[in-house]
Amino acid sequence: MIIELGHFALVLAFALALVQFVLPLMGTRLGDPRLMAVANPVTLVGFALVAVSFAALTSAYIQSDFSVVNVWENSHSAKPMLYKVTGVWGNHEGSMLLWVLILSLFGAMVALFGRNLPDTLRSNVLSIQGLVGAAFLLFILVTSNPFTRLSPAPLEGRDLNPVLQDIGLAIHPPLLYLGYVGFSVCFSFAVAALIEGRIDAAWARWVRPWTLAAWLFLTGGIAMGSYWAYYELGWGGWWFWDPVENASFLPWLSGTALLHSAIVMEKRSALKIWTLLLAILTFSLSLLGTFLVRSGVLTSVHAFATDPSRGVFILMLLILFIGGSLALFALRASSLTQGGLFHPVSREGSLVLNNLFLTTATATVLLGTLYPLLVEAVTGEKISVGAPFFNLTFIPLIVPLLIAVPFGPLLAWKRGDVYAVSQRLFAAFGGALLVALLGYFLIDGTGVLAAFGMGLAAWLMLGALTDLALKAGIGNVSLSVAWRRFRGLPRSVFGTALAHFGLGVTVLGIAAVTSLDIERVMVMRPGDTMSVAGYTLKFDTIAPQRGPNFTEDRAHFTYMDAAARVQGEIISSKRLYTARQMPTTEAGISTIWFSQLYVSIGDATSDGGIVVRVWWKPMVLLIWLGGVVMMGGGVVSLLDRRLRVGAPARRKEKAAPAGVAAR
Amino acid sequence: MKKLAAISALWLALAVPALAVQPSEILADPALEQRARNLSAGLRCMVCQNQSIDDSDAELARDLRVLVRERLVAGETDEEVLDYVVSRYGEFVLLKPRFSIQNAALWGAPVALLLLGGVFLFSRAGRPQKANSLRLSEEEEQRLKEILGRADKDPS
Repeated sequence: MIIELGHFALVLAFALALVQFVLPLMGTRLGDPRLMAVANPVTLVGFALVAVSFAALTSAYIQSDFSVVNVWENSHSAKPMLYKVTGVWGNHEGSMLLWVLILSLFGAMVALFGRNLPDTLRSNVLSIQGLVGAAFLLFILVTSNPFTRLSPAPLEGRDLNPVLQDIGLAIHPPLLYLGYVGFSVCFSFAVAALIEGRIDAAWARWVRPWTLAAWLFLTGGIAMGSYWAYYELGWGGWWFWDPVENASFLPWLSGTALLHSAIVMEKRSALKIWTLLLAILTFSLSLLGTFLVRSGVLTSVHAFATDPSRGVFILMLLILFIGGSLALFALRASSLTQGGLFHPVSREGSLVLNNLFLTTATATVLLGTLYPLLVEAVTGEKISVGAPFFNLTFIPLIVPLLIAVPFGPLLAWKRGDVYAVSQRLFAAFGGALLVALLGYFLIDGTGVLAAFGMGLAAWLMLGALTDLALKAGIGNVSLSVAWRRFRGLPRSVFGTALAHFGLGVTVLGIAAVTSLDIERVMVMRPGDTMSVAGYTLKFDTIAPQRGPNFTEDRAHFTYMDAAARVQGEIISSKRLYTARQMPTTEAGISTIWFSQLYVSIGDATSDGGIVVRVWWKPMVLLIWLGGVVMMGGGVVSLLDRRLRVGAPARRKEKAAPAGVAAR
Repeated sequence: MKKLAAISALWLALAVPALAVQPSEILADPALEQRARNLSAGLRCMVCQNQSIDDSDAELARDLRVLVRERLVAGETDEEVLDYVVSRYGEFVLLKPRFSIQNAALWGAPVALLLLGGVFLFSRAGRPQKANSLRLSEEEEQRLKEILGRADKDPS
């Protein structure tokens, strides 16, 4: 009964999404406020209906209701409760439902927080959100219905893919989707602007918080996914340039470009058309990512052709949204006027440079991801484009951009002075050079490239600090004045500095781990020791154990420092998930500051030992911590007063304590 | 998430998992072993989804790793080893596509895009732009003033 309610709610939500698309749009065309007023309530009720539907599916998972095909295929009664719940989106149908839930959540947020938007703009934005929602709801109902029943109901389910039975599944997909789908709001704003045929700095200000929110969720989602793959797959890699990873990285790259071009538009009223185009492209890449992951086209063009129903449907959606919005853009963009003059050497100019490199990098990754498909479709030959290609093209494209990052925030608007800025960055440059030289001469095994990477990381971090110091006037005014100025800096300045600092942290982690990691592979018997990175690792015991829905061989290790003092223990195991008869490796990881000792066990050998693979991963945690710092930058920027202007009710609450603190 | 699913689907296909490079495979000569590792990282495991033979646990990947090492021990250069592997498995096996006519668009695109974009921006920078002719309507000006006025009074 609950299942049928959920199914019914989903059908109703589809019908309401159509209403949400048609009526407000008609209202803005006809200038009828009554039709426009429909947008808000319909959006909110639509969200409630999708939420009911999602709750219904979740309840089926919690109760292990195997009369639902989707639950039977992806759950098991012995599965821990956490994985029963996260299993809701650990499959195609459920994850699409999560996608639509988040889409309608964003729509509802626009309806709730967008009261200060002009009525026509809000109506048009919600109308476009409605169209996206209707299309995806139809997709779910027609090709991927999670509420299909099965009769007679089986006694036991087929269990969730063991690799997905991890806390990562609880965090990674929701964060990623919050990012992907968050860009739909930017897209709707862009299309609404095109429909209205006008766009101004206020538009940029309204779009910016949504861009920031989507970007910071996507940053978190990608970082989390990378860490998950790192510890779960058991071979210590953290980025594989896999097409599926690229699918999430593409909207991140263009979303980062959008974030920066929107600043120019807001502050200087320039780059309007470009910003619109980026907003459209970013969501298009999110849709493309969904398509690439969901249609099976990545494995082969032929796999796509054998089961085309879903793929063709998504392809139609892509054509509708990407083609439609770009056509609208081509028709309308010329009617929008450009504004804001600036010299090439200026803050605007540096942000244009940022966009040039980021979009080229986006195009490169996109082409590399799709090229095998293109070649196969045209010539029938199969080729591969893997990590070596991306490393060879992406890194040279991104390094000049990273070098330029500290200059950007220091350049003046309209017309800047590179020479003066270089002088101000002298200390940061000296510090970076020192780090590179120290890294090169003091750490064993650093090559020129690794030293350069460390120097670049220091350059980014020191550059971000220099920006804050200069804006506070440290060195020019007394410390107490500088402190007061520092406290008074807009939050967006802190956000920028924090995000750029985080980028440096990530670069440091990448530089250290790619050049200095140590790998050992050997056969060990209980009692054996091996040494790695100054530690001695001792293999104590291995014993079979039972978990709730798996059996495992647990190997117990201890590691000691050079003076033979025990520093900690590591447990690494090999599991067999009984329902699917599927083996997994559970790597044992011990964190020492920012570095990690990573132990993964393999097969038993005929002479009674097991194969043990050990990695020393220096500074590896910085890769993801940098992502967290970047997210922090996004959050701080989001709290900037400027973005709350026009949201008076909320501002008053928060302004009071801030005012007290200022005194 | 999907990649994990794909990789685990591969696990399913192979009943007996083993770790990637096995101790028994490692060559005694560290320089030769390093070359083998570098080559392996650029060769695709044919039965996996986007995994190099260096990372893969598949039986076929293991055979290919051993093959690469045998060829290296026999004294072949890196290019000769790659040519041999390609002659057996086709270009699909190379994770780094060759610089050929077929792949010209792939390798050329990043440079071409950057240059075109750069030239476009450079040529525009010299040209005077039209001044901002888009104005807010009366009503919007009023509303903006109202909003900004309220912001100015903010105690913080």
